Amino acid sequence: MFARFLMALRGKGLGVGIGDWLVFLEALSKGLAASPDEIYELGRALICRSEAEYDAYDQAFAEAFDGVVLPPELAERVARWLAEHRARPDANGEARFDNLSELLAALAEIAEQQDAEHHGGSRWIGSGGTSPWGQGGRNAFGVAMGEDPQGGRTGMRAAVERKWKDYRGDRTLDVRDLAVVLRALRSLQRDGRPELDVDETIDLTCRSGGDIEIVERPERKNRLKVVLIMDAGGSMGPHANKVERLFSAAKEVKTFRSFQSYTFHNCVYNSLYTHISQLKRVSTHEVLAALTPQHRVIFVGDASMAPYELFGSYTWPGNGNTLSGEEWLRRFRERCPASVWLNPDPPKYWRHATVSAIGRIFPMYELTVDGVRDAVRKLRAPH
Amino acid sequence: MRSFEQFTGTSDYIADRGLLAAVNAAVVLQRPLLVKGEPGTGKTVLARAVAQALGAPLLTWHVKSTTKAVDGLYRYDVVQRLNDSRFGDRDVSDIRAYIHHGQLGQAFTASERVVLLIDEVDKADLEFPNDLLRELDEMAFHIPELDETVTAKQRPVVIITSNAEKELPDAFLRRCVFHFIAFPQPDAMERIVRVHHPDLDAVLVQAALDRFYAIRKVGGLRKPPSTSELIDWLAVLAHAGLDPEAVRKQDNFLGVLLKQEKDIDAVVGRAR
Repeated sequence: MFARFLMALRGKGLGVGIGDWLVFLEALSKGLAASPDEIYELGRALICRSEAEYDAYDQAFAEAFDGVVLPPELAERVARWLAEHRARPDANGEARFDNLSELLAALAEIAEQQDAEHHGGSRWIGSGGTSPWGQGGRNAFGVAMGEDPQGGRTGMRAAVERKWKDYRGDRTLDVRDLAVVLRALRSLQRDGRPELDVDETIDLTCRSGGDIEIVERPERKNRLKVVLIMDAGGSMGPHANKVERLFSAAKEVKTFRSFQSYTFHNCVYNSLYTHISQLKRVSTHEVLAALTPQHRVIFVGDASMAPYELFGSYTWPGNGNTLSGEEWLRRFRERCPASVWLNPDPPKYWRHATVSAIGRIFPMYELTVDGVRDAVRKLRAPH
Repeated sequence: MRSFEQFTGTSDYIADRGLLAAVNAAVVLQRPLLVKGEPGTGKTVLARAVAQALGAPLLTWHVKSTTKAVDGLYRYDVVQRLNDSRFGDRDVSDIRAYIHHGQLGQAFTASERVVLLIDEVDKADLEFPNDLLRELDEMAFHIPELDETVTAKQRPVVIITSNAEKELPDAFLRRCVFHFIAFPQPDAMERIVRVHHPDLDAVLVQAALDRFYAIRKVGGLRKPPSTSELIDWLAVLAHAGLDPEAVRKQDNFLGVLLKQEKDIDAVVGRAR
């Protein structure tokens, strides 16, 4: 039964190693969990490493222990019986069913037969007692019904509820989460206020025969320079909120040595804008010239546009542009090898011609918390 | 009966069952317990409750942005020794006199089992948790100055809290028992509020709570208000003598709840 649980956990993408699993089994053998509720809670404490994993854990638990949701009309009928009478849990039940579907089948059968409310006892649905169903009772593989926050809520029920799904890591999330992820971007160098260098001080003091000689050195500071270049074009409209959150998050991370941001429309040509409203233009040549290979450049855009907008030179009277968008992007990549592209569209849309072309220039990641985390890892790797 | 002491909460600390499971697993498996959650969800108080329940003394290590892992182990006051050697005030031949144990060192050398709270581990540098891995695994550390290894006489119960301001390294997470404290539901929140404002009118508290949870539901807030903001807000509402109807109908003193102009606009815009 537990091997199946392990497979289900791994199937949901939780990184449960053999070591972790042995710890879980050790905990079980030490008697830390005696009921399914306790197994659910114990496993969650030992296996999940972040609340973002709770939802996947819930799903795996439900899957391994045959998660089935009570049919609605049955649930309603049972809830009515329960509402009439609320008793305190007073007995321990025995497990008579190994899995939930077997139990639910039996439950359906009994609900058919039962025509009145019933409380206590070991067979009918009602509150208290040792029958595997009803409210407030305790049976190892029981079904909790009705709303009773005090008791009777099995691990299974909690697992099926999926109340942690808002905490998942693959959702696109708020400024704070993004800032947390971006904060990992740094490269420390000695470049701050002076601090006491103890080793050098001792060394020099000894050399000068005991006369104290204080040696100072600059403290370590983040030297990382980050440039964010965002698409503010028409097709980005639905994503404006996400992009703005990324922008706020990057601004919130105050430890970057420098942070600049620009916007473009559809694709990068000979000018960029310094503001979302696209009022103030700067020459892309100048931006490029000011960049160093140490800059980390993050592009944000859906990368889908008409092919001529990327591959053509996109010239119109007065704009003076002579290069294709693709060429401009390639220049950024050559100038700053540590650059990535974040795409607010999910990867299933990335087969579009211009998206895959841009994906060949920059490593592309989805604009979700997990995606940004992968991008940050890429940017941190030595280039 | 179970063969180990079990933590079941204390009279002033009501823990949910998932948290109890995590605490007991951490105590029995002798692994650090990592507790994560928004500010004001009672992470720090938990350590006090566990210490009380186990009848063990509590040591607290408050982590700051400048905290280094070695600070918790020991501090070698080399500057004092250098100074003493220069002016000859004390006998400087005994290095031991200049070694001071940090909280982790004290927890290891204590004669009885203690509860060690490492508070707000995410405030420190990204590498900080990794620097503590070996010490927490083996419950021992080496002092090169003395060429001595300090080994825990009794493995302390280690509780680590995090506000999730920085991500913690995987290697560190793998060694911890993890629990996330969710934001309190309205009924639990009312109990929390009552601890701070025991004398407030129940109708006013209810009105404020309803409004508070409605505001938290507004999508896209940069900084949704948390427990501490709610408690401040209630104090302001009570001080201004507003009646509950006014609290329900109109947003007063929103600036106490929301600290960002855009958030206030979003909430006000929603109301219109």
